[in-house]
Amino acid sequence: MLEYRVEIALWAISGVIPFFMLNIWTNNNLNESINISDVMLSRYFLCAFFVRQFSVVWVVFSFEEDSLMGKVSPYLIQPLNPFFRYFAQHLAEQITRFPFALIIVFFFFIFNPESIWIPNLGLLLLSIVSTFLSFLIQFLIQSIVACLCFWTEKASSIERLLFIPTLFLSGLLAPVVSFPSYVKSWIYLTPFPYLIDFPANLLSGNETNISGGLSMQILWISLLFPLFKKIWSEGTKKYTAMGS
Amino acid sequence: MVQNIIDVRNLSKSFDISSKEPGLKGTIKHFFRRQTKSLKVIKDISFKIKAGEIVGFLGANGAGKTTILKMLCGLIYPSEGSILVSGYLPFRRKENFLKNITLIMGQKQQLIWDLPPIESFYLNASIYDLDKFEAKKRIKKLSEMLEIDEELFIPVRKLSLGQRMKSELLAALIHEPNILFLDEPTLGLDINAQRNLRKFLQKYNRETNATICLTSHYMKDITSLCKRVICVHEGAISYDGKLDLLLKKLSPVKEISIVCRSEDDAIKLENSGFTVKNKIKNEITIKIENNSITSSLKTILNNFDIVDLFINEPPIDEIIGKVLIKKDYDI
Repeated sequence: MLEYRVEIALWAISGVIPFFMLNIWTNNNLNESINISDVMLSRYFLCAFFVRQFSVVWVVFSFEEDSLMGKVSPYLIQPLNPFFRYFAQHLAEQITRFPFALIIVFFFFIFNPESIWIPNLGLLLLSIVSTFLSFLIQFLIQSIVACLCFWTEKASSIERLLFIPTLFLSGLLAPVVSFPSYVKSWIYLTPFPYLIDFPANLLSGNETNISGGLSMQILWISLLFPLFKKIWSEGTKKYTAMGS
Repeated sequence: MVQNIIDVRNLSKSFDISSKEPGLKGTIKHFFRRQTKSLKVIKDISFKIKAGEIVGFLGANGAGKTTILKMLCGLIYPSEGSILVSGYLPFRRKENFLKNITLIMGQKQQLIWDLPPIESFYLNASIYDLDKFEAKKRIKKLSEMLEIDEELFIPVRKLSLGQRMKSELLAALIHEPNILFLDEPTLGLDINAQRNLRKFLQKYNRETNATICLTSHYMKDITSLCKRVICVHEGAISYDGKLDLLLKKLSPVKEISIVCRSEDDAIKLENSGFTVKNKIKNEITIKIENNSITSSLKTILNNFDIVDLFINEPPIDEIIGKVLIKKDYDI
């Protein structure tokens, strides 16, 4: 069991990009250009870390491996879409990650006591909802890409292409507010800022358009879900059950 | 009258296969101008299976047996023709259809590797809408039939292949399906485990009247479970009928080894009109047609001084081997 605990701890630690970015931002006083105080910026990146912990998705890799090895076959003849299994696995792992994420938050506050704050209960609940919606968007995007396995066999390569805009436009490296206005207006039309930036701003108490953000999250889910269903239904007709 | 539970008509399946020449040149060529061709792996086959039947699909590697099973259970989409299984079109994968079938592949597993099998059983039970009480009852019943109990609580990765296969069966049968598709279920199992699995399948078929479609390269699986076989040769059906008829047709004579009291008796027997295969001193081997075996043996025992006698059945693998390389068997 020890190796599993270590694996989960490493997974949690592997999501510390926001802390590196916080260091870069504060050491170079970059926050001054966007009128965010040091404290608010550190809270933002802490929340970005937290949101990332509970919205990270790897279904494309699991499905690709299972599909190429023929492991999907037994699941396909059960009265449950195989993606529910991956969905449940993600939720289970999120629960397992929670204590490790709390430990990291604890150490963050020890080194940054000025950043300690108690979030407003209403905002906390909304940010939990928003983080879950962010997880759903990412899960649907990756599931759609994963279904391309039925045609290309190497869907994870396409996912890597998506990783670039996810990294830069989601708010993981920089709050979206720091982008030039003309770029920002375009970014907000994509699903990316609703993955990290919006829930992290909500949780950290930064000013954000709550109803607009939640509506955009729901809109993206309602666009992606039928697309997933269509691509799944077409893809399974192409399934050759190779490897089994 | 027993109804047909599986009805297959003019079924065909083609796959697009790409080929690549070896070496760097071949790789570059493959990258820029991939050559694909359509390969018809199942060619216009038709058959019907009645409820409660156990049917064995025989064929050489790549003949198309597994592809047929995959289409019957709805895993892959047919290119042409129609399939009706239990009144459903399998590839539509309707919930009620999926609740009625199961597919077991000898080399693939659905159990969660790091957890004890009991966890997978309860997961499957909830997928098939069984309440906890019913699931517990079925797990108990099936684990008794399969003779596994302690293994239910040991992580799958620590189980032997035989224990894992039994657990796979339990997981696949927890919803008590009416139709079982078994693709080489005894693959890799030792002789005792194979025998136990066959006994279990016979019992399951007897108790539930389930229809079983089976592929196996172990002839013992076929002979002890299936009265009917469908032989597949290069994607087409070369024989569909009773197994014993096929065996009689392919092996019309039996060899009898006889140990006579003296060499003189052996010589007398050699000259008495039987077809002699060989003779060494007082031991003689003769060939007798299946339909005259009783009368011939009576004659031999009454007229010659016999010390010992053996009837040699031709090895079933050899007989079936003939089927696998022949295109058509008209019996």
